[in-house]
Amino acid sequence: MRKYTHILLGAALLVFALAPVLIHRAPYESTMGLVQKIFYFHLPGALMMLFIALFAGVMSGIFLFTKKPWADHYALAAAEQVVLFGAMTLVTGPLWARKAWGVWWEWDARLTSSLLLWMIFIAYLLLRRFGGPGSDKLGAGMALFALANVPFIYVSVNYWRTLHPKTTVVPNLVPPMAGPMWWAFAGFVLMSLVLFALRVQQEEQRARVEALYLAANEG
Amino acid sequence: MTAFFRVAWLIFRKDLAVEARSWELVSTTVFFSVACLLVFSFALINEGQAVGDVAAGILWVAIAFSGTLALGRTFERERQTDTLRALMLAPADRPALYVGKLLGILFLMLLTEVILVPLVALFFQAPIVDWPLHLAALLLAGTLGYAAVGTLFAAMLVRARSRDVMLPILLYPITVPVIIAGVRGTAALFQETPDAALAQFWLALLVFFDVVFVTLALWTFEPVMTE
Amino acid sequence: MSLDFTEVAVSNVARHYGRRKALSQVSFACSAGEVVGLLGPNGAGKSTLLSILATLVEPSAGEVTYGGYRAAAAGAAVRARVGLLGHDLYLYPELSARENLAFFARLYGLPDVDARVQRGLEYANLVDRADDQVLGFSRGMRQRLALERALVHGPRLLLLDEPFTGLDQSSAAALVGRLRGLQDDGCLIIAATHDLDVAEGLLTRVLFLRQGRIVSAEEGGLGLRTRYQLAMRAS
Repeated sequence: MRKYTHILLGAALLVFALAPVLIHRAPYESTMGLVQKIFYFHLPGALMMLFIALFAGVMSGIFLFTKKPWADHYALAAAEQVVLFGAMTLVTGPLWARKAWGVWWEWDARLTSSLLLWMIFIAYLLLRRFGGPGSDKLGAGMALFALANVPFIYVSVNYWRTLHPKTTVVPNLVPPMAGPMWWAFAGFVLMSLVLFALRVQQEEQRARVEALYLAANEG
Repeated sequence: MTAFFRVAWLIFRKDLAVEARSWELVSTTVFFSVACLLVFSFALINEGQAVGDVAAGILWVAIAFSGTLALGRTFERERQTDTLRALMLAPADRPALYVGKLLGILFLMLLTEVILVPLVALFFQAPIVDWPLHLAALLLAGTLGYAAVGTLFAAMLVRARSRDVMLPILLYPITVPVIIAGVRGTAALFQETPDAALAQFWLALLVFFDVVFVTLALWTFEPVMTE
Repeated sequence: MSLDFTEVAVSNVARHYGRRKALSQVSFACSAGEVVGLLGPNGAGKSTLLSILATLVEPSAGEVTYGGYRAAAAGAAVRARVGLLGHDLYLYPELSARENLAFFARLYGLPDVDARVQRGLEYANLVDRADDQVLGFSRGMRQRLALERALVHGPRLLLLDEPFTGLDQSSAAALVGRLRGLQDDGCLIIAATHDLDVAEGLLTRVLFLRQGRIVSAEEGGLGLRTRYQLAMRAS
């Protein structure tokens, strides 16, 4: 583990340790009650998922056209984090829905889009796991298609929903709430960077082990 | 450019010739799509009455499922004596090979739809003759989008392990926008007072999808296919 | 599009699939008029080497040059001069012999398709079965047709993977004759084979491969079988 990873990890832990305090101090939202606090977890998670998914798509594109192994390491690490943050988003989403709409699952445009994006990246990981040799390139093609697909998913799901309009409870973000929300977002960013550092390092080492294994066979 | 289309056309003609000898893909795909139609009808028709605007949904599910079957079989054929490698070995533009295979799949899927759509009209009293051009355009654009993604994925999975399972796993999540647009657009035409403007909106989305994904597939075909 | 070469140089080519090493540090050069044999047990890397020479597989390290051109740079122009008879025969079983040849001739964008196809059918000794589906052909007939398919565009470099498989003695002799003719026409032939006795008189040079490496390339006066055994034992 390199030095900057330690620093990042320390910072992430510090941010996470302070987050509950800030969230506790944020104003109490009357319609949603305590459940509104999920929001500080849910929205940053969803944002992370989207950004990392875009990053995975870009890295896959770089890998496909330049064949640089590092791009593939980043793409794979990113895909795993998309699934991780996606899981957070999709667990907290229904909790919110239960309170706001009275049902566990609501075909809300953003939640549905998140579910689809999450599915695409699980499919990507399945391909990487079970596709056999050459699945790195196939995965890269898949991730590139996922990247191009994001706007289509959003637009189609959105219009699919708004044809049957429904009132939604979207909290307006008053500044005292925005502060803790971005604080939590920063915590997630730091955590994501730590995970990236570790996972990419691990992939690099795996590649080195492969290379050494091949070299050892040389003799 | 003419060479590009000449090669694509040549491959399309070859696929037709192969199919004309066995009729395997046409017969199995058509049968499977009709079976899908029936299975979903049994699931979604209660006391002889369809639930809501379910006809459009069943139509597109049958198209998507039978399309997967057709894609898998088409490339299994190119894998059997490894002819896909022989195609890759030719000094032709490789994206032209993709276009040729895409045309073959598209033709097969549209042929299936020619049988499927009247059956949906028959089973669900769907008004397919009220807006025939809108319906045809929706079907064409939706099928093209589905086949464009499917052809690339099926081609790149030819060398992968567990390719039969992987194809639907990769294809369905990516083509959800096609299914949504196809179903909603068709449903708009099938409802009591057809809404052509709404159908046109979904058609526009499908055309946009087609442009983006055909371009992307042409662009990525060569790098994903090289070993 | 028109590119030609008279020699092919392989330098330090390696290819691995994950941890499995198919080829390592393979280097050799050969020129038009040679018939190079790749000999070795199963899994020695013969097919991988042929695929790399055919530009179908990219080497993990090293490079192949075709008269100074690299496949990555020249692409289609190099592919236009290479013919490959693979282990799988690259034929559409539903199509007739004639349709198979005609399809590939057109795919290569060749002129005089009908004349070429007719000539190919004659060489393959399949004129009277020309319009039958390949489905009903015996292994030997398919093998002969597949060879003509690989030759339909008159390649400079001909790559053969086990060309004698499934051939009876007279067909094998005919194939040897056909390859000799190509050799005289300035074709560069590289063939992977197990069939030492048939190959004996044909090959001008032999590379012995074992576990992805060339273990011996000398041209001793001993018989092929003896040299094969020596090469395999030495490593």
